[in-house]
Amino acid sequence: MALNWTRFASPASFYPLAGTMIPWFGWGAAVLTAIGLWLGFAVAPTDFQQGEVYRIIFIHVPSAWMSMFLYVVMAFWGALLLGFNTRLSGMMAQAIAPTGALMTFVALWTGALWGRPTWGTYWAWDARMTSELILLFLYFGIIALRQAIGEPRRADRACAVLSLVGVVNIPIIYYSVKWWNTLHQGASVKATGASMETTMLAGMLVMSFAFWFYAIAVVLVRVRAIMLERERGAAWVAGLPEVNR
Amino acid sequence: MNHWYFILGAYGVTVLLMLVEVVALRTRRHAAVAAAQASLESPRKS
Amino acid sequence: MTMAATVPAVVEAASGADQDGALAGLRWAVTRDLRLAMRSRAELGVQLLFYVIVVALFPLSMTPERNLLATMGPGVLWVAALLASLLSLPRLFASDHADGTLEQIALSPYPLEALIAGKVLAHWLTTGLPVALLAPLLALQYYLDGESVAILVAGLLLGTPILSLLGAVGAALTLGLRGGGGSLLALLILPLYVPVLIFGAGAVDSVRAGLGATANLSLLGAGLALALVGTPFAAAAAVRIALD
Repeated sequence: MALNWTRFASPASFYPLAGTMIPWFGWGAAVLTAIGLWLGFAVAPTDFQQGEVYRIIFIHVPSAWMSMFLYVVMAFWGALLLGFNTRLSGMMAQAIAPTGALMTFVALWTGALWGRPTWGTYWAWDARMTSELILLFLYFGIIALRQAIGEPRRADRACAVLSLVGVVNIPIIYYSVKWWNTLHQGASVKATGASMETTMLAGMLVMSFAFWFYAIAVVLVRVRAIMLERERGAAWVAGLPEVNR
Repeated sequence: MNHWYFILGAYGVTVLLMLVEVVALRTRRHAAVAAAQASLESPRKS
Repeated sequence: MTMAATVPAVVEAASGADQDGALAGLRWAVTRDLRLAMRSRAELGVQLLFYVIVVALFPLSMTPERNLLATMGPGVLWVAALLASLLSLPRLFASDHADGTLEQIALSPYPLEALIAGKVLAHWLTTGLPVALLAPLLALQYYLDGESVAILVAGLLLGTPILSLLGAVGAALTLGLRGGGGSLLALLILPLYVPVLIFGAGAVDSVRAGLGATANLSLLGAGLALALVGTPFAAAAAVRIALD
């Protein structure tokens, strides 16, 4: 079946599609979180070295992965905007930035609280932590630039350029544990298999999907709000049930 | 050092931030819908 | 401060037989910007003075103990270089944008990327290069030995062009914004500057620790190569976005 993807490139047709997707991803996130936390707290055993506090991993790793993933997706929408000049691409990029920043902050925060009892310090200037902190500043910069440029189309394009310039940081974060042998443990989850206890790994993976679904739901809600804000005068907005009440 | 405080702090702040995000989004959406309704009622007033 | 002649006419006068569009454009932009910078030499002097003063502030603010200063020195000299670079960035596009020359430049037949590369080169010659050359003198305040100073200068020579290149992207993105883009420019550019800072200061640190500086300097070199290739395009895109 040849699906005409470009049909959904217009805000008018993406708006209802996003609307139907949101509850699925929202409830999906809730269910996955319940399963993940059950795996993480009820099933996974106490760690031999770290005791209970390692259980922070079930938020720390998913949020760190999401912080990087969301940035790349945002940069991707930026590239689409610069290449094809579709309004929706700009709106999607705009919608992702705040959630990406949240994930980055959560990763840094949970990392600090995990680090204190295990390594003795809330913070260390190792490669991964430093580059994750840079990622947070990159997100803030993109959000600040969008606020500073009033005109939405110019803001879209400027933020797209900025996010693409900053995307170099993502491989640095990801590979930093391999390139620099510092505080962070080496990668325990690889494509070929993991060196972690199975139940812990399962919990972490389920929570990663939970965070992913949460991010999708939240970004879709935000992009719908952005569409309403930007396309206020359009006919398709006037025809919406919630507006026509 | 009671490790449970750290776990609570980690999970608690995360949940709190997510709640803030969701509430802020609902507010934003309601404002956007209201603005769209306003421009519908009086097309001259943007 | 406008050049009365149009871009093509001036390029023909300046470049003679050179027919290549990019190179001619680059030469034109460098010549013009250097000429304009030389007219306001005082401004350049002030920026250099800022560098000197910031570097002098740190020993004044703490117990000037020899070992402590030597440890801090590379970092301070690098951060001050970053700040000096930041301060001088608005000058890159702002005055041209204000009187409409930037639009003319963007409309000229020469590739905007080459013209921007020329402007960046002129900016580095008047900002980064003097900072790198002044550093040995200032490093005296921090009791750094000869080898450390040499690595410091090498790092600055590699890193300050990167600062100018990345700064051009930031300056173009924040063109014409309220607040002059000063703090916003800093927020946008400083995260991108951090790797340069880490490797530049790290090179001196590793020399002082007895390990070689090769790794750090090579990474700086790689960063410079990447910046040279990528940033003119990003900056040109940003200028076009700002001019639309």
